[in-house]
Amino acid sequence: MDYVSIYVTLKLALITTVVLMILGAPVAYILAYAKFPGKSMIEAFLYLPTALPPTVIGFYLIIALGPKGILGRSWESFTGDTILFTFLGIAIASVVYSIPFAIQPMKAAFQKIDRRLIENACVLGLSKSKIFFRVALPNSISGIVAAAILVFLHSIGAFGVLIMVGGSVPGETKVASIAIYEAVEMIDYRTAGLLSLSFLPISYIFLLIANKLNRDT
Amino acid sequence: MISLHLKKQLRYFDLDISFSCPEGKMLVMVGPSGGGKTTIIRILAGLDVPDEGKIMFNDEVWFDSVSGSNLPPQKRHLGYVFQEYTLFPHLNLYENAAFAAADKSEIDELFGMFKISHLGKRKPHLVSGGERQRCAICQALATHPRVLLMDEPFSALDVVTRRELREELKNLKGKFSFPIIYVTHDINEALFLGDEILPVVDGTVDAGWIRRTINRESSHTGIPKAARDPKLALAY
Repeated sequence: MDYVSIYVTLKLALITTVVLMILGAPVAYILAYAKFPGKSMIEAFLYLPTALPPTVIGFYLIIALGPKGILGRSWESFTGDTILFTFLGIAIASVVYSIPFAIQPMKAAFQKIDRRLIENACVLGLSKSKIFFRVALPNSISGIVAAAILVFLHSIGAFGVLIMVGGSVPGETKVASIAIYEAVEMIDYRTAGLLSLSFLPISYIFLLIANKLNRDT
Repeated sequence: MISLHLKKQLRYFDLDISFSCPEGKMLVMVGPSGGGKTTIIRILAGLDVPDEGKIMFNDEVWFDSVSGSNLPPQKRHLGYVFQEYTLFPHLNLYENAAFAAADKSEIDELFGMFKISHLGKRKPHLVSGGERQRCAICQALATHPRVLLMDEPFSALDVVTRRELREELKNLKGKFSFPIIYVTHDINEALFLGDEILPVVDGTVDAGWIRRTINRESSHTGIPKAARDPKLALAY
C-alpha cells in the first residue's frame, strides 16, 4: 500500500489546518465584529474558493506561483528554487483552497458569543486584542475546533487544485487522492480500494466530533 | 462630578436630557421600560454614540459632538453592572472579579463584603442569579471605577433576593467616593436607594411621572406609552 501518499496527505492537511487557524481566526473575528467600507466585497473574495472550480483556483495559483508570477519570482530570486511541483506549492494551494472553510465557521462561532460579554470587556478596559484572546477565543473554542476539523477534512479531500499546482511527485506532492486516481487509471483496484478505505474511518470520526462540537456551542 | 447633556434620535422618540451627579452620590434614573434609560447609560459608557451633546467627567471630556471627541469605553475607567449574563462563562467567580482588577488582593475583601467568599471557585452557571450579580458588582468595583453605572442590576432576581441586595447596596454605597448612576423601572427601588431621583419618560425628564404613577393617573400621551409601562409592584 502507498503509505507515503497517506503521509503526505496528513502532513498537508495538518499544516493547512494550523496555518489557517492562526491566520484565519483574527480575520474571522474582524469580519464578525468590525464595520468598515468594502467589508462585503472582501468577504465575498475570501469565499471565492467555494464558488470556483478547483482547476480554476489551480490555474491562477500556477500563474502566481510560476516563474513569472509575483510569488514564484520573488521566491526564486530568494532561494533559487521554484515553488511549483514542491510540497510548499501544494501547501499554499491547500491553504488558499480551504480559506472559506476556516473563515465561515469561525466567524459564526465568534458571532454566537453574547455581545454583552464583549461590551463588558470593553468597559472593563480591555484592548481589542486582549478581548480577542481573553474573551472571544475561550468562549468560542468548540466552534473553532469544529472549524479546524472541517478544514482538515476539506484538505484531505483536495484533488484538482493540488494536481494543477503540484503534479504527482511521489513523497512530495503525490497525496492519497491523487494516488487513488492514478491507481484507478492503471486499473490497480486493490491499491485504490485500500487507500480509499483508509479515508473512511478518519473522515467519519472527525465528522462525528465536529457535529458534536457544533451541537455543544 | 459627571455631567452631560445629550440628544439622540431614537425610533419612537428623541432622547433629550441633561443631568449631573457628584462624587459619592447615587442618582437613580427611573421611568417606564423603553424610555431611553439604558441608551443613556450605554452612551455614558461609550457603547453608544449620541447625535449631539457633551459628557464631562470633572475636567475630562468624554464626548463632545462639537469638537468631535469621543473617548472609547476602555479609557473612561468606569464600572458597569448590566442586568444579567455578563460574567465570563469560562471563568470562575474569583477569576471574573479579578479579570480587570486594579489590585487582586482586594478581591477577598470584596467577596467578603458581598458574602460570596465561599463561591470563588464556582463557574457563573453554577451559582444563583443573585450571587452572579454580587460577583458582577465585585468585578466592577475591583477595577476602581471613576463612575459606577448600574442598569437594572437586580431586575432579573426574585423579590426576596432583590430586596436583600437593594438593602445591602444602600448600606454600602456610603463607602463609595465615586458617582453612582442607577437605572430602574421600579419606583420603590428608586425612592429607597436614590440620593437624587431623575424620572425619565420618552427620553426626557418628566418631573410629574412619579406622582402620576403613584396616584395611578392616566398617562396623557395615550395608549402606546401605557402599553410599554411595566406593571409596578407598589405593594412593597
